[in-house]
Amino acid sequence: MRFPLKNLSRGLKAKLPKLKVEKRPYPSLRTKILWPVLSILIALGIGAILIAAAGVNPLTGYYHLFHGALGDAHAISETLWRFTPLLLTGTAVALAFRCKFWNIGVEGQMLTGATVATFFGVSFIGTSSWLLIPLVIISGFLAGALWAVIPAILKAKFKVDEVVTTLLGNWIILYFVAYLVEGPWRNPTSLWPESPAIAGSAVFPRLVPLYRVHIGFIIAIFFAILFFIILRKTVWGFQIKATGANPRAASFMGIKVTRVLITVAILSGGIAGIAGVSELCGTHFHMKGLGFFGGTGELSWGYGYAGIFIAMLGGLNAIGVPVAAFFMAVMIQGSRAMYRATGVPSPFYYAMQGTILVCLLLGIFLTYYRIRKVKG
Amino acid sequence: MEILTYAFFITFLAMTFRMATPVLLGTLGEAFAERSGVLNLGIEGTMLMGASTGFIVTYFIGDLWLGIFAAAFIGMAMGLLMAFLSVTLGAQQHVAGLGITFLGTGLSFFLYRLFVAPAGGVPPTIVPFRPIEIPGLSGIPVLGPTIFTQPALVYLALILVPIVGFIFYRTTLGLNLTAVGQNPKAADTAGINVFRTRYLCLLIAGALAGIAGAWFSMAQSSQFLPGMTMGRGWVCVALVIFANWSPYRILGGALLFGGIDALQTTFAALGVAFPYRILQMFPYIFTIVILVAVARRATYPAALLQPYRREG
Repeated sequence: MRFPLKNLSRGLKAKLPKLKVEKRPYPSLRTKILWPVLSILIALGIGAILIAAAGVNPLTGYYHLFHGALGDAHAISETLWRFTPLLLTGTAVALAFRCKFWNIGVEGQMLTGATVATFFGVSFIGTSSWLLIPLVIISGFLAGALWAVIPAILKAKFKVDEVVTTLLGNWIILYFVAYLVEGPWRNPTSLWPESPAIAGSAVFPRLVPLYRVHIGFIIAIFFAILFFIILRKTVWGFQIKATGANPRAASFMGIKVTRVLITVAILSGGIAGIAGVSELCGTHFHMKGLGFFGGTGELSWGYGYAGIFIAMLGGLNAIGVPVAAFFMAVMIQGSRAMYRATGVPSPFYYAMQGTILVCLLLGIFLTYYRIRKVKG
Repeated sequence: MEILTYAFFITFLAMTFRMATPVLLGTLGEAFAERSGVLNLGIEGTMLMGASTGFIVTYFIGDLWLGIFAAAFIGMAMGLLMAFLSVTLGAQQHVAGLGITFLGTGLSFFLYRLFVAPAGGVPPTIVPFRPIEIPGLSGIPVLGPTIFTQPALVYLALILVPIVGFIFYRTTLGLNLTAVGQNPKAADTAGINVFRTRYLCLLIAGALAGIAGAWFSMAQSSQFLPGMTMGRGWVCVALVIFANWSPYRILGGALLFGGIDALQTTFAALGVAFPYRILQMFPYIFTIVILVAVARRATYPAALLQPYRREG
């Protein structure tokens, strides 16, 4: 009895065109841009299904999303205000991923930076801005760098997988922050757990009065340009790329892989720390406790995790990352606007992060591989 | 005082098994994936999908076991996606896994908001799994009120340990998946279907992670919260290294983790004055410490992280 079935499947196979997967060793720039863009469009299509599932016309939904993020000066300012920490965390992750240091602890490094900055910001009330702002930035950088360099040293010395250690570090610092703001640092005059306000002289000045974009934006742009220069113009950048491509080959070339790893961790964590400082001094002005979403801080708002998404969407590329960060800022800002206008749940953008990433992986595959019909 | 210490011990031990259960389920699943050569970093997101789906199904239909089946099913769907990305497309496993985790984390929250609870208001609850006293055995002192008075999922997780051990060491599937994880090319030459084996392992891993996630919304608590697995998926990724990919050692690792995790709840229940936020840090610090302790000796599956492609 099993023969007819076998013949049937053979017959079907003969009818269907045979597919062959071929490698494209050097895809053209057009292919390199085409597939990622197409995959984002596919993801937006899946997003349309999510919007429709909420009982809203997808076109109306997307209109409110993009209008709410880019429609007028206020909306653009809000989007740029969200873009600031996202560009910093995206750059931090991209730098680390470039040498295959899987730093997914950016959320925690943000919080470490903000915590130390809070200490200085609250302690040195009355100090001039010219002294205090550099102080909080540098201390935040060092704190974030410290939180990232511990997993890097554990990786170098004990071969401990940094994916797990950096991620678990997020939870450790998160609960420590919760302990501080609910206990010793608790501001007695506020209704919810938070630290006292930082000194007025530590507050980041706004770029335009009445709009929330602050000097953190300039700092973020500075680090994005620095990332570009490091990758394109410096020996260190070459060492980072070589280590990421093949650590063994890199060490045969005479690159000190451990040193690259540690220095990258310092800069990556430091940039993440500054993202935390920027959120503290530009947005919240108080250190905050646990966020609503498990694993995120009320101060960091999950921007550290979003940084991972941004880095990957931007192809770990110095030009792609700012574009991806802006896209993410539009998604977050726009999702809230869409929620207010149509009631589509605002975690929409959380769901879209994953959808886009999965589609992007398919897009990357199609960039480097061609599927062809084979005759016979 | 004596009664207090006995009560403490019993509460602590019972809590240890409960805290260990989701980690045990998830880590057993992760062992399947990694032994076959695929690092599944999507486990955290898969767990959250399980937590969300299990809760939603139970909330609407009112049957806990149907919720568990739904959680396992959605876990398998996530596993299938992970397999498609990492096995068929050969994407970098770190990136694919992070993608799955992002998807699960976000989608679980979105679906919960969409179907069950719009923002604001009191989060709805279900009637969660209740402890079952095993007749005859629950009367034994110490063991009775701890091991033999637990929600059904605890028993399920404990029974799975020898079953997984049997599969790994005594069945063709177990030998095949180990071969595929050590040397896929040789396994392929010997006639083992590398792709099918890895797909199967990721489906099993997904189902177990889904059930592990459902534990949080259906047994540990009676409601769904965004990100409620609290990094337990990542703990599983650490524990499988600690356990050297062996199911029996996974049981040990999970109980050890459960014990540290149980400290905070037990302390809180007994009113011990210790800042509980500091206690909440312990399980994570502990996980890092044990990783440092074993990392040098860990013998990873040789083909872990390597996508397999047939040449020609």
